[in-house]
Amino acid sequence: MILRNIELASITDKIAELALEANVRLRPDVLASLKAALSVEESPMGRRVLEQLIENAKIALESALPICQDTGIVTVYVKLGRDARIEGDLFESVQEGVRRAYLEGYLRKSIIRHPALGVENTGDNTPAAVEIEMVDGDSVDLTVMPKGGGSENVSSLKMLPVSGGLTAIEGFVLEVAAGSAAACPPLILGVGIGGNFADVAGSAKRALLRRIDDRNKEPRLADLEERLLKRVNGLGIGPAGLGGRVTALAVKVEERSCHIACLPVAVSVSCHALRSASGTVVPSSTVVP
Amino acid sequence: MVKEIRLPLTPETARLLRAGDEVGISGTIYAARDVACRRLAELIRSGERLPVDLHDQVIFFAGPTPVPPGRACGAVGPTTSKRMDPYTPELLEAGVRGMIGKGPRSPEVVSSIRRFRAVYFVATGGAAALLSTFVTRCEVFAWPELGPEAIWRLALEAFPAFVAIDIEGGDIFTEGRKGYSSNC
Repeated sequence: MILRNIELASITDKIAELALEANVRLRPDVLASLKAALSVEESPMGRRVLEQLIENAKIALESALPICQDTGIVTVYVKLGRDARIEGDLFESVQEGVRRAYLEGYLRKSIIRHPALGVENTGDNTPAAVEIEMVDGDSVDLTVMPKGGGSENVSSLKMLPVSGGLTAIEGFVLEVAAGSAAACPPLILGVGIGGNFADVAGSAKRALLRRIDDRNKEPRLADLEERLLKRVNGLGIGPAGLGGRVTALAVKVEERSCHIACLPVAVSVSCHALRSASGTVVPSSTVVP
Repeated sequence: MVKEIRLPLTPETARLLRAGDEVGISGTIYAARDVACRRLAELIRSGERLPVDLHDQVIFFAGPTPVPPGRACGAVGPTTSKRMDPYTPELLEAGVRGMIGKGPRSPEVVSSIRRFRAVYFVATGGAAALLSTFVTRCEVFAWPELGPEAIWRLALEAFPAFVAIDIEGGDIFTEGRKGYSSNC
């Protein structure tokens, strides 16, 4: 078998680059969706807010300022090629990239070491959460996702009664959306259904990585997403919670197999500043053992 | 029409503002969030000296990003006001006339706002690069050891906001939805 060397320094460099990019450059699909929302929104205040958000994205990119002062807690998704060889501590090389971006990029450091006591800022916005998945190939795909505290706070997980089925699922999503006026709507809702208590929240959050305008490959779930979006927008919460037609830009559902007695559902709420950036690190050399 | 407001926020100015008004705020404000607001409330309760005279002041619930070289201010925008609800009645009683934040407030806070004839403004959350262009000066003012939670002093020039809760308790978060929500 031929293995290909991935330099840890390249991973650090790429993470630093992506963390900065995610904070400063609004995802093109999100920006396009905000522009589309402007043609739907009827509330004058809602329209004003949407205009500000579109202008904000432009200024952030031009002046390399963060889109939001809450530069978040970072999750890094690593897709590690099975034929890639890494010598050393992959986890630490990712943290080093996050550290560099936050220290050198004038991003806010919002992480405390002892949340139970509410003390000791780590000073560099680490540690980031790191999820590693093995995939085919010999390269490493990286996605950096910073997420703010306000939208994390309204996210929720519930073990629903199996008898409740779709009705209970939709009710729960609506309940979470109804409590999200302060979480900077228009929102993007990632919904995880199934799996288990521990990983359903992960599914919900990963759903936010899907393109705003994509369509669920599973027609049943695509219908559910559309129906939920319509119902959430019927709440009237509107941009910034000031009232209006556009409360959410998208609802994304991810489903996983699950125990017959359980129906875990998680809703990961994202503000309109849904931030992520992806890139790939390719091998620098080939190793023939 | 945008109503221009010059700080400090006097009772006379506060009286002219109604929920839903679009405003441009100019003058000096203090940015404080969770820990700083809690400390202020504790000092008020124990009758100790505050780092700033709060009379007719406006508190901005915010923690800006570090100031990059060559700029007046880093990215700055409102954080969720609800977390400051427990401290708000004491801050208002100590003289705070206005707050800038995002999101709805508790019924207790709404009644405190009415009682002390204060105003709650909202600025657009997640528009921190845009909002920073209305800040002409920005510095850590007190408790630098709190890092992002220190009190900052900011000079604003026509800073865009909306009146969310007015002196009569008019509340955009309850009134704004009317006409846009549907039963489904």
